This record gives sequence, C-alpha cells and structure tokens, in this order.
Amino acid sequence: MAKKEYAFYPGCSSQLKASAANYLTSTRSLCRVLDIKLTEIPDWNCCGASIGYAEGGELPRLALNARNFALAESHLPGQDIVATCAACWLSARETKERLDASAELMRETNEALAAAGLHYKGEVAVRHMVEVLIEDFGYEALAQPVVKPLAGIKFAGYVGCQTNRPFGIAGESFENPMYLDKMVETVGGEAVTGYDQKVTCCGGALAFSEAEKSQKQIRDIVESAYDHGADMIVTPCPLCQANVEIYQSEINKKQGTKFHMPVLYYSQLMTVAYGGSAREAGLDGQLIRAEKLEEIAAKG
Amino acid sequence: MSGERYRNSFLREVEHNVEEGHWVKMCMQCGVCSGSCPFGPHWAHPPQELFMMIRAGKREEVLGSDAMWMCTSCYNCVVRCPRKLPITHIMHGLANYAHRLGLAPKNQPTRQFAKMFWDNLSKTGRVNELKLSLGLYFKDGFKQGIRNALAMKDIGLGMLKAKRLNPLELVKPHACKGAKDIHAILAKAKEIEDRRKGLSA
Amino acid sequence: MAETKTAAYICQGCGIGERLSTRQLAQIAQKEGKMALVREHPFLCGAEGVGLIRDDIEREAVTHVLIAACSRRAKTEAFHFPTVALARANLREGVLWSQPEADEAAGLTQEMANDYVRMGCAELKKTKLPLGNPLAATNRRILVVGGGVSGLTAALEAARAGYQVVLVEKERALGGWAAKLHKRVPFREPHADPADTGIEQLIAQVTGHPRIRVHLGATLLETRGAPGRFSVQVSVESGAAVTEEVGSIVQATGFTLYDAGKLPALGYGKTPDVVDQAGLERLARQAAAAGGAIRRPSDGAEVGSVVFVQCAGQRDEGGSHLPYCSGHCCATSIKQAMYFKDANPEVDTVVIYTDLRVPGSGEDFYRSAQRKGVTFTKGRVASVEPASGGCKVSFRDLILDEDVALEADLVVLATGQVPNSGVNIELADDDPAKAAQVPILNLAYRQGKDMPQLKHGFTDSHFICFPYETRRTGIYAAGPVRRPMDMAQAVEDATGAALKAIQAVENAAAGRAAHPRSGDLSYPIVRIEGCTQCKRCTVECPFGAIDEDESRFPVFNESRCRRCGTCMGACPVRVIGFENYSVDTVGAQIKAVDMPDEFSEKPRVLLLACENDAYPALDMAALQRRVYSAFVRVIPVRCLGSVNTIWITDALNSGYDGVMLMGCKHGEDYQCHFVKGSELANYRMGKIDDTLKQLGLETERVATYEVAITDVARVARLIDDYVAKILEIGLSPMKGFA
Repeated sequence: MAKKEYAFYPGCSSQLKASAANYLTSTRSLCRVLDIKLTEIPDWNCCGASIGYAEGGELPRLALNARNFALAESHLPGQDIVATCAACWLSARETKERLDASAELMRETNEALAAAGLHYKGEVAVRHMVEVLIEDFGYEALAQPVVKPLAGIKFAGYVGCQTNRPFGIAGESFENPMYLDKMVETVGGEAVTGYDQKVTCCGGALAFSEAEKSQKQIRDIVESAYDHGADMIVTPCPLCQANVEIYQSEINKKQGTKFHMPVLYYSQLMTVAYGGSAREAGLDGQLIRAEKLEEIAAKG
Repeated sequence: MSGERYRNSFLREVEHNVEEGHWVKMCMQCGVCSGSCPFGPHWAHPPQELFMMIRAGKREEVLGSDAMWMCTSCYNCVVRCPRKLPITHIMHGLANYAHRLGLAPKNQPTRQFAKMFWDNLSKTGRVNELKLSLGLYFKDGFKQGIRNALAMKDIGLGMLKAKRLNPLELVKPHACKGAKDIHAILAKAKEIEDRRKGLSA
Repeated sequence: MAETKTAAYICQGCGIGERLSTRQLAQIAQKEGKMALVREHPFLCGAEGVGLIRDDIEREAVTHVLIAACSRRAKTEAFHFPTVALARANLREGVLWSQPEADEAAGLTQEMANDYVRMGCAELKKTKLPLGNPLAATNRRILVVGGGVSGLTAALEAARAGYQVVLVEKERALGGWAAKLHKRVPFREPHADPADTGIEQLIAQVTGHPRIRVHLGATLLETRGAPGRFSVQVSVESGAAVTEEVGSIVQATGFTLYDAGKLPALGYGKTPDVVDQAGLERLARQAAAAGGAIRRPSDGAEVGSVVFVQCAGQRDEGGSHLPYCSGHCCATSIKQAMYFKDANPEVDTVVIYTDLRVPGSGEDFYRSAQRKGVTFTKGRVASVEPASGGCKVSFRDLILDEDVALEADLVVLATGQVPNSGVNIELADDDPAKAAQVPILNLAYRQGKDMPQLKHGFTDSHFICFPYETRRTGIYAAGPVRRPMDMAQAVEDATGAALKAIQAVENAAAGRAAHPRSGDLSYPIVRIEGCTQCKRCTVECPFGAIDEDESRFPVFNESRCRRCGTCMGACPVRVIGFENYSVDTVGAQIKAVDMPDEFSEKPRVLLLACENDAYPALDMAALQRRVYSAFVRVIPVRCLGSVNTIWITDALNSGYDGVMLMGCKHGEDYQCHFVKGSELANYRMGKIDDTLKQLGLETERVATYEVAITDVARVARLIDDYVAKILEIGLSPMKGFA
C-alpha cells in the first residue's frame, strides 16, 4: 500500500498534451519516489477558473466544483482532493468555504447537482500539492530522497498569486512567502534572495485579453529574476509558468529585450533531484530549455 | 437628480444581485485596494471609487464601466483590505451583473474572452485550449484571425513541439463523459440563481 | 541629634573590583574625603553588605553614608537607609560600563572613579537628613467641582476608596451633558448599538453615598490654602456662603458645545431643520417620550433622510472656529444615525466626513453603522441651505472628486467641545475678554483665580507624562475641561484624577512631596535674613507654591511645592536650598574634582544632567555599553531649573574646560517634569554669555541640550562631540588660578 493516497484533480491544463503537461509528468514522477498514490477523480470537470465569472455567475461555478466534490466523495471516500493547478485549487477551495458557510448556497448547489443525480455531502477537504508536500511530508522528508542536489543553480522563486492569495500556504505571509525558496533549498538549489517580483501578478487570464498590460507584468517578473542573478524561475502555478515562459519571445520581439529565462515547476526540480530523467521531469516540455537542469539529469 | 443620490437604492440592488455585494457598504475608503492592484493604473475607477459610486447611487456609470473588467483575480486587494472585503469577488460579481443586464461595454476584450472561456469549458466540461486560442485569434473576423495566428505561430509551434498543444484537440478533444450531466447542472444552477435575483432567463 | 559620623562603602561587585583599584578609592575616601569609616565590600547590595552598613549605623553611630557602587537609580531598595544622610558615587554605570575595557584605558578610567568618590564625599559632607515638612496639614477630604459624568465618577471613586467628598455643581441638577442625551456611545462589547447613558444610576449612587455631600446650584467664592489645608467658600443655592475644608480638589467642569450660531453657512439659524448634536439629542428624547419617530422641527413631519456634517466649526485652519478635533463627535454622529436606522432602516442617513476618527473600539461601532446601512461619504460641506421641504446640502465628494447637492429632511452639525475653564489668567486684567470670563475656582493665589490654560483654552494638565496633574499642586483636572474627550474617556480620567487627589492628601499629611517626587521628605529651606526680596523665586516657581508676605518676603507653601528646586536655581543670593540638595552639595562636588593642569591634555567637562530624562538616558547608554569620553564628570540635578548660575561660574573658575547642561524638551510641547524648569534654565543660560565674556572665555564653554529619556545613543554622542569641540578650541586658560 502506498504511503499516502489522494483524490487527484489535475485540471484542464495538466492533461496529456495540454499546456501544463510537463507539470503532470513531473508530479507523477515525484509521487512515485515519495510513494504517493494519486487517483484521478473519475470524469472530473473544469473548475471554471476565475475568468469564468462573466458568463458563469456564482451558482453555476459553485455547482461545477461541487460536481467534482460529489464524484470524489462517492468514488474515493475519505481521500483529500489534491490539485496541482493554482486556479483549480483556488476555485475548489473557495467553493468549499462558501458552501460550508452558507446553508442556503449548499441547498441551492445540491438542487443543481440533483439534475444529474448527484449530491454533495460537504465532507471533502481541498488541498494543493504544495500543502501536501509541506504538511504531510515536511521539508526534511522531502530532502531524504535527494540524490542529485541542484548545486550551483540559482532559482528565482516566483510564487505568483493564486497559491498565495487569498488562502496561501499555512504559516506563510502573503507579501513574502518563503515555502518555494525552502523547497528549492531542500533539493540543494540556491534560492535568490530579495526577488521583489515573487508575488507579482503575471496578468493571469488577462494575458489573452489585455496582452500589453500583462506583458508589462511579465517583463518585470523576468527582468527582476535576471537582476537578482537567477538562472531560472520556479513556480507552482501552471498559468504563471505558461505566461512567464511563453511571452518572453513576444516581449523580446516588441521591446528588444533578450530574455531567455527558463521557467519550471517545483515538481520538475524535485524529480531531477530525486534522480529522475529529463523526460520524467518533463524537461522536454520547456519552450525555453533548462539546460543546467538537463545536465544534472543527464549525469549518471 | 439629487433626489436619488446617496440614497441606498442602488446599494440595495447591488447587495441583492451582485456576488458578495453585501460587503460594499463596509468599505472604509482607505484606498489600499487601489494601491495594490497590478492593473491599477488602467482602471477608470479603482475598487474604492466603485464602492463609493455605488453608495452615491451612480448605477449607469458603475455598470457601464470597464473598470472591473481589469481585475486579474490576483487577490492582492483581498488580502490587504483592512476590512476584509472580498474585493476580487465583488469585481467579478459587478462584471457578471453588468454583463447579465447587457450594460457592460460591448467590445470589452476581457468580457469577450471570459464569455468565450465559459462557453468553451461548459461544452465538454473541460477547456479546449486549442479552440480557445483559435477562437481568440478569430474573434475579430477571419482575416484578422489569420494575422493574429501568424503573429503567434512561433509560440504555437513551440507548444506543439513541447507536446503542450495537441492539434487533434480540434477533432477529438479532452471531454467529460458526463458532459450532458454538466449541461443539466449548469442550466439548473443558472435557473436557481436567476430566480433568486429576479432576472428573466 | 547625634554628632556627624561619615562612612564610605566601596563596592567591588559587578566587575568594579576587577577593573578599578578599590584600594585606591578607599584611600581617597579616607585621606581626601575625610570619611571616618571606609570599607570595601565584594558585593555591597547583597544581604551581607547591606547588613554591614546597617550594623555600622546602629553600632558605630554612622549618620552619613556614601555608597560608591552603582547608579543612584539602581538598588534603591537595598540601599534604603531612612535614618541617615545618603550620597551615591556612580562607579558602575558612570565609569565601568561607559569606559572601554582596554588596558590602555585603565588609567583614565581610574581617574574618573577617583573623582566620583571625591565628589561623593564632598556631597555627603554637605548633606543633611531630610526630616519632612513640619507644617504637615492633614485634611483628607476631597472637593469635586462639577457634577457631570467626570465629577460624579471622581466623587464616587474617592468615596469608595474611603475618603470624604464634597461635590459642588453649578446647575440645580446633577448629570451634566450625559443627562441631556437620549443614549450614549457604547463602551462594552460588542460596541454595536447605542447604550443607555446610565446617568440616573450614577447620580443615585452619588447622592446616596454616606461619604459624599452635594451642593447644587453652588459656586466657589474663594479657594485658598494648599494640599491638606484648602479652605473653600461655597455659595450654595440658598445664597448663603458655607466654608468647606478640604485636602485636595478635582476640577471636572466639563465643556460647552461650540456655538453653532457662528456657522450660518451651514444653515444654522436659517431653518430649524439644521440642529447641532445637542439639538438632535433633544429631538430623540422627545420622540422617545412620545413613542414615535424623530420629527422635523419645522413642520413635525417624520424624518426620512438626514445628513450629518462632521467637523462643523472644528479643525478649522482658517482661524475663525475651533482649530482642534473634539474626538467624540464622529462616534456621536454614528450613534445618532443609528437612532434613525434602528427605528426604521428605510431612513437614509449620510455622514459626510473628511476623516472619520473613531479610535479604539469606535471602529467596531463604525462597522456596525455600516452594517446597518449608514452611508459614509468622504466630503467637504460647502453650504447648507433651506430648501422646499427640507435642506439642501452642497458638498465636494472627495472620493469621486465632484460637487454634489443632496436633499435632506434634517441636517445635524457636529460642533466641538469648548472647555469650561474659567478665567484665562495669562490675559491682562484690562483685557475685555478676561472681563467676560467667570472664574470657577476663585483661587486666592498670586498667579490668578483659575488654573493656567495649556492650549486652546483647555485647563492645564501635564499631558505627556502626568495627565490630571496641573501646575497647582493638589488641584487636578479631569474630563473634557482638560482635553476633548468622550464619556468613556472622561470616566477613566475622573478615576485617575481621584487617585491623584488621594495621593496628594496622603503625601501632604505625611509632610512629603506630592508628585512627581512623590514621597520626598526634603523641602525648601530659606535663609530669610539673606533674602533681598527680589521676587524671582515667587515669580518663577512653576507651581505657584510661593506667596509673599506684607514685606515681600517669600512665604513657602511646602505642600504645594514639588521640590524641583527652580527657586534655588533662581535665587541670586543663594539663600534657598534643600537638606540634601543645595547650592553647597552640588558646588562642593564641582570643586572636589582633581583638576589636571593645562599641560596635561586632559580636559574636564562638567555635565549637569536632569535626573528625570538625561541621567536615566546616560544609565541606559551605559547598560548598552556605549562608550563616552573619560573627561566628563556627571552630576545629576533635580531639574535644569534648579541649576544656579554660581555652579557654572564656580566650575569655570576652578578650571573646567566646558559645562554641558542636559535637560528636557521645553516650549509648547514641553516634556519637563516641572513644566517650566528646562525652559527657565535655557533662558538663564542664554544670559551666561556675558559672564563668559567677563571671564575671557569662549561662549562654547557652556552648552545646553534637550535630551529625552529615549536618546540613549545620542547622549553618548553628544558628550564625545562636545569633548572634541573643547579639544579643538583648547583647554581653559583659567586652570591653575583656582
């Protein structure tokens, strides 16, 4: 039996051949090492993300998340729901808190779920993968399996918004959360200090609709990583990863910068440090290749 | 006009119909939200001002504003608000209400994208990233779409190469088996919410 | 009394024994200091060390004790020997902890310690054991002037503590402002709704208390005396005058609302539908009595909308109205808005403010009002005018940045508190403003009929360090008469003032100083035969403690005296002193220092440090091991006001290269414990330049500094900078002439 079991909620971007496929690959790899069994919530659906608000309204978005809860409750009873995507975690946790707080919303949500023969009892716990790693394992335990410390690589820990606000990781400050830096150090890397764009917004979904305004944000995030001597950026959020990595070429084109800063998931760092191959760490999924990491992964 | 100004009529409407709208009256006008917003400089009326406009009864100006469409959902205002107002949600709620009433600015890009996103996800239960991007490129017509797509083709090809974008999504998308269930749930939820707010479907 | 026998005890603890030759110190005490008994001890403040001193006092008949150990501010309980005269030489903080440990510094460090022992011996020989005020007056009754919430509370608190109380109220009923209110701002959790005033119960408790006597419709015709022996003529309701003998007084005469009639631009007087906060309380009480809604004064219609204008005639920078914030009015308007909302949530209530000031739990009350739907709008009201069926309020919305006009059935102006302080004694007697003022205490003091006023007409109070304490010892101010405040604060104030009044009568009865040198038994002794009747002491005493007799000699009211020594500093013929603090005790210390010659390159700087702020700051600097120059010799003084210029000239004449004076901040926001002491010192030192010129010395040789107790790092820096400056201008040419 696995050490820990969770009801896994990968989310739309962390499916095979989706924009955060490498997040999924590396998460699976690190869970193998830590003996974590992730079972996908059968037939899970999209969380609605934040941007769903305009057309979705309140109750439909709550119902969307509650469907996942109901499925998890009946198929994976007793298991905490674990999301890797920041937006999935946020939407799901927000739903849970709002339904917990309002009997009326709970009743209405179940009325909607009943249209598909489902019912949410209100029993699930919703957690982020980072919470699981820190709270259920702890930094010390996470350091145990390290066989290839990421020595000599400097990482700018870009926490971004939605794993940090409004809920965040317990015990961390909103203005300067330290968990990502600690995770970097746990796997033997060097976390740059004073990275002032640690919790800056990348523009989120508005990267699509307000490209210019968002790219200004992204520019700040990347530039500051360079200013602080980082070799790469590490993040826990798929949208942060995508926005900050993908748009560097756009910004270079428009503004004449020469950005070429790899942006990785913490799970990729851990997989490499735990001795996984570049492929297992999803390094082949980088638009901007993380060469230093690939070198370590390639070492015998 | 002064008859209705600073009366509570619009505030009551917001309290009743806007997600988390009952918090609007609790704003103490400190402006921390406005100073904390990453898109702050682009807002015609920052949150603090929107709250005061609501209290001052400026219904059309609020609902017709594109201000709240600038929200990136970063939650910075929420965690800093000394009164603990869920400002992000109120912004979403106001945008949704304005959209629902048809008062929101017509070609507001975030409004268009948000609608596209929801339509996309609610179709199969999961987001089809390829269709979503194509939809975005082609929102202003076919020609502009080709131009947009070409401009972004390097990124698209890179994503394909990195196996983070699947051309087959067009024909065989990620989908929930229970897509029909989801339609039924969403329809029901919308019906309940509209009933509660007294809006016609 | 027994013959004088001196003894010096040199402690070797806390590292003194390791870094200093206590042997050498002992020899100095014996040979130069002429101490009859000299002992070294490894741990003087320990039980054995203290026991040793006690034994000597008992068996050896020691009458004067010098403790050469730590600062006089440390170990005061261990070194408490009430039957002997005491002096302290500060070896630990003053030498050990403020000098570098390096071997090469040892010589200068020892010199410094040697001097402090010399100074201690010199001081001790001039010191006498203080015996207390022989005129101790023992009346412990307390007079409370004013029967509002503050006065009632002060009376009740004093009575409950066991003291007899006389309460005088000018109106024919008790209760003051509180009795005019419909409800009060809440003062308990959850701070959500207006609360009952509770004033009836408070009045009943006072009138029913066996130790409280109440005079209604009464005023004070004359107040004379001092703590422990005030004699007060009270004109009572019948018109008769009765004499009340009391030991101390609490003045709680409250406030009057600023006259809204001075605000015609805000519509007051143009329509009855513009009222002040008192007016709204009246309407609310009428409504409650009639069991209905609050009605508009003009036509009796139910009020459907009401606007509250904050800061009406307050925080006025233009000079026409009150310049200050009255503190309570935001919460009061919130409360009044709730009168409407609680009765009918459909009534529109708008509070227009520039800054909503609801400190403390007022914030919860504010939130509660927001929850109830009171609209708060940051704006500046330009005008209120009568309009058809109500009022038109024109204002600038400061958030939306636009001019707006708003209609309302009723407008409430939040005007401020004007203190009932009586006469402004600073005004000239022929000032027409003074003629219009009615005195309250009618003090038979040379300084005037009422207490001094601090700012904006509020009655005196030592607002930074000692609230309630005024410059008239034994008379305490409580409530809005001393600063703007709300009812909850007034209750706290009244309790504090009652305690102060109790402290004053108890100390007076024991012949001790009231405060801040509470318990001090020393008191000013005048060699009256030397007095030239110059009146400086009577004029400069910050507390009005000194009167004059028919032949213009000073008459000291010891129980009014705070023992600051300002009179001693003022006296040109040096006939005023205390047993243990006099021109001689300090002068002898100055002269006791071993003065190196002009070729030694060792300057000597005298530092006279106020014992309230500067001296503790030096102690704390030492505690943090902040090193300062070994050329300084520090003498604590009770207050810079007690510094007599003879000390400065003596110091310069005996070869000191410079004199530093460190006292408290003076001026409008003074921090001087004795209010005027540091200011007077500053004034006197301003005139010392002439003396310096006469001596042919540079003006830099005397420097005055303002030092706060928190200036720990700065105080060491000031010393070093000053010594550097002295080295720059060169050693004093006066050396060797002494």
